[in-house]
Amino acid sequence: MSMTKKEARSAKKQGVQPAPTGPLIPTAPGTAMSLAEDKLYTVTSSPHVASEEGTRSIMLDVVIALLPALAGAVYFFGWRSLTLTLVSVAVCVAAEYIWCRLMHRPRAVGDLSAVVTGILIAFNLPATVPYYVPVVAGVFAIVIVKQLYGGIGKNFMNPALAGRAFVFFCFTRVMATFPEVFEYAPVVGSTADVVTAATPLAALKNGLLPDFSPVELLLGQNGGTLGETSVVLLLAGGLYLMLRRVISPRIPLCYIGTVAVLCLIFPRGGIAPVDWMLYNLLSGGLVLGALFMATDYTTSPVTTTGRTLFGIGCGALTVFFRYFGSYAEGVSFAILLMNVCVWLFDKAGMPRRYGVTPKMAKEAKRASRAKKKGGGAA
Amino acid sequence: MALTFRGGVHPDDMKRATSAKALEPMNAPETVVLPVSMHIGAPCEPLVSVGDAVFLGQKVADSSAAVSSPVHSPVSGTVTAIEPRLHPNGNLVQSIIIENDFFDTPAPDIEPRGTLESLSGERIIEIIREAGIVGLGGAGFPTHVKIRSGIGKVDTLIINCAECEPYITSGYRGMIEHTSEIIGGIRLVMKALGLTGAVIAVEANKPDAVEKLTQAAGDGIRVCVLRTKYPQGGEKQLIQAVTGRQVPPGGLPADVGCAVFNPETCAAVWRAVTTGLPLVTCNVTVAGSAVANPKNLICRIGTPVESLFAAAGGFSVEPQKLINGGPMMGVALYSMQTPVVKTTNALLAFTKKEVERFKPQQCIHCGRCVSACPMDLVPLYINMYYSKGMIRELEGLNVTDCIECGSCAYICPARLPLTQVCRTGKTLLGELKKKENAAK
Repeated sequence: MSMTKKEARSAKKQGVQPAPTGPLIPTAPGTAMSLAEDKLYTVTSSPHVASEEGTRSIMLDVVIALLPALAGAVYFFGWRSLTLTLVSVAVCVAAEYIWCRLMHRPRAVGDLSAVVTGILIAFNLPATVPYYVPVVAGVFAIVIVKQLYGGIGKNFMNPALAGRAFVFFCFTRVMATFPEVFEYAPVVGSTADVVTAATPLAALKNGLLPDFSPVELLLGQNGGTLGETSVVLLLAGGLYLMLRRVISPRIPLCYIGTVAVLCLIFPRGGIAPVDWMLYNLLSGGLVLGALFMATDYTTSPVTTTGRTLFGIGCGALTVFFRYFGSYAEGVSFAILLMNVCVWLFDKAGMPRRYGVTPKMAKEAKRASRAKKKGGGAA
Repeated sequence: MALTFRGGVHPDDMKRATSAKALEPMNAPETVVLPVSMHIGAPCEPLVSVGDAVFLGQKVADSSAAVSSPVHSPVSGTVTAIEPRLHPNGNLVQSIIIENDFFDTPAPDIEPRGTLESLSGERIIEIIREAGIVGLGGAGFPTHVKIRSGIGKVDTLIINCAECEPYITSGYRGMIEHTSEIIGGIRLVMKALGLTGAVIAVEANKPDAVEKLTQAAGDGIRVCVLRTKYPQGGEKQLIQAVTGRQVPPGGLPADVGCAVFNPETCAAVWRAVTTGLPLVTCNVTVAGSAVANPKNLICRIGTPVESLFAAAGGFSVEPQKLINGGPMMGVALYSMQTPVVKTTNALLAFTKKEVERFKPQQCIHCGRCVSACPMDLVPLYINMYYSKGMIRELEGLNVTDCIECGSCAYICPARLPLTQVCRTGKTLLGELKKKENAAK
């Protein structure tokens, strides 16, 4: 009912009297009961209750789910894992805070999504990278990928993965050098002296089985980025998220399942298919990606069929990149590519209308086509 | 295995406060306000004028339209005014105001109408119409119209004992206190519909109601247990849970051979046939965090909500929002002077703290609304198109199928008013189509 100043001015110019602003309550002249004398209660459209769950509590759950893997990283790669994570989180939060301040956007730091992005960026870095790497990745992820597109819920790529991809191409040497497990990098100072190791994926790339047992890979006693190695701790976090119903198991299952099936069908280097599949599942960032990256709300589909297609697509691309790419790992780029297809998957996966059987839908389609044809002829 | 449907949410049922409180007859108020429209269909015309003396149960308004339902006086006394008054739906509706003389002198034509054996189906339908009985589950569709249009089409009669809305226990109390009346009413409706069987569907959170109804059911009537989930009592969801059938878009339950009745409606049918008393009372749960002593009341239709809250011990905290119905689908009331109507089954009073909780944030695309929607809609995309003013596109997203159950807005972590958007979107789409048709 109220007009903005601009509207009022233009209305005045045109000689239009602004509408009287009165109470929005229906009043009937001559009504015995006067509404104005009674207390008026708040009226809103139903529903009048809401669940306790909010964006913040969801993000807090994700942070909790990532903590076991973080603890594992400290155990396997030393305290530098923790300091790198803290730097990454601090940069993401600061970038979000400053950007919202500068752009006069509502403050968004409280929703904790920047904290999740920060942790995930760190999880994708080798423990030996210099501290400027997470700084660059964090600023890129938050400002370029997330905020420039409108902040939480509007980005079309997973910010953490996009940040990781950016620093991978900026600082390829440090990003592709992985420390040996239990070779703790110093918290401050040069990490050049740390003994480096080939990751299991590098062996798989050459069609060989890595020198680790599957149990070692499961626990995380192998080289890799600081958060990706311990499959069992990641699974614990993922299970927590599923039990809390924060994520549905659909995307991780479709993702990992597709990788498993493709590896079983197309083993390399004459290795037994089951071994080949097992090593492929346990190596690299597959579990981290499937549980924590591909399930990112904003950059994954919402419909059931859409989620299935998304998971299968991620799995197929991961195997494709691992087999034929020049780099050993394919998880990040597979997910990033699928991220940009989310809208298509959601469109393809729109649920069938309630009360319409597939037969009815087919008939309706045929009828509308016939109608179109008929209309064209006429 | 309890029966259910896809989707839905699990709000805290909040029934603890009143589930053990027996239905308590409430003193009649000094004046009653009877809107001439308490049902879906044509509003009635008053049959009385100011100054007339009326009896308890006397018909005071009726309509000759096919889809309508008459109104009866719940007290004896004098008509003091016929004027527009606030209706629970928020509009001013022509209402008959009757001053109570506290004698409850019954109308002379109130007498037993017959028995199940002696009455024909057609006669039962006539009695139901004359008694002003409407669907007491919420919408208030005239019961006689539902039965008449269902004869020959309906093969399954479902009694909706789900009562899935939080807070409300008036239906549950009715189920365990008026069991034989409900069963008797079901048999009358069965006869009117020409059926030999019926299914009573109860949510699993009411085991004693399941037991009582099973004991009383007898031949042909089956009790089945539904999973406790909102909106289990939604007509389409209930039909899907019980029969596996889905009502087609824009269709009625009769299109899939089903008719759904509220147990309280059945009890009202029983009373109308055995005693001749028309529908003049309703069972109301008075609850909510602001209410001092939550209760289940049997009150006269037309009682101002103020009196009901007073009967429940008044307020322990200053209320900020009054709701006619449950918290998921109920309608908020402006004023304490609003009367209860035929379909009222609960009155809730919420405090300021609860009212202030809704601050919309940005959609995070989590998809909870999609998994919660029992009608297989995608509320977040409806919201997206709506907020850009793309009303035409809403048709392709089947916004017209929305049953406004509130599940999406309830579950949304960003507190987006998704149900409200669907509701407004439906209206705007309807207006747009009307305009387009007019242009053609």
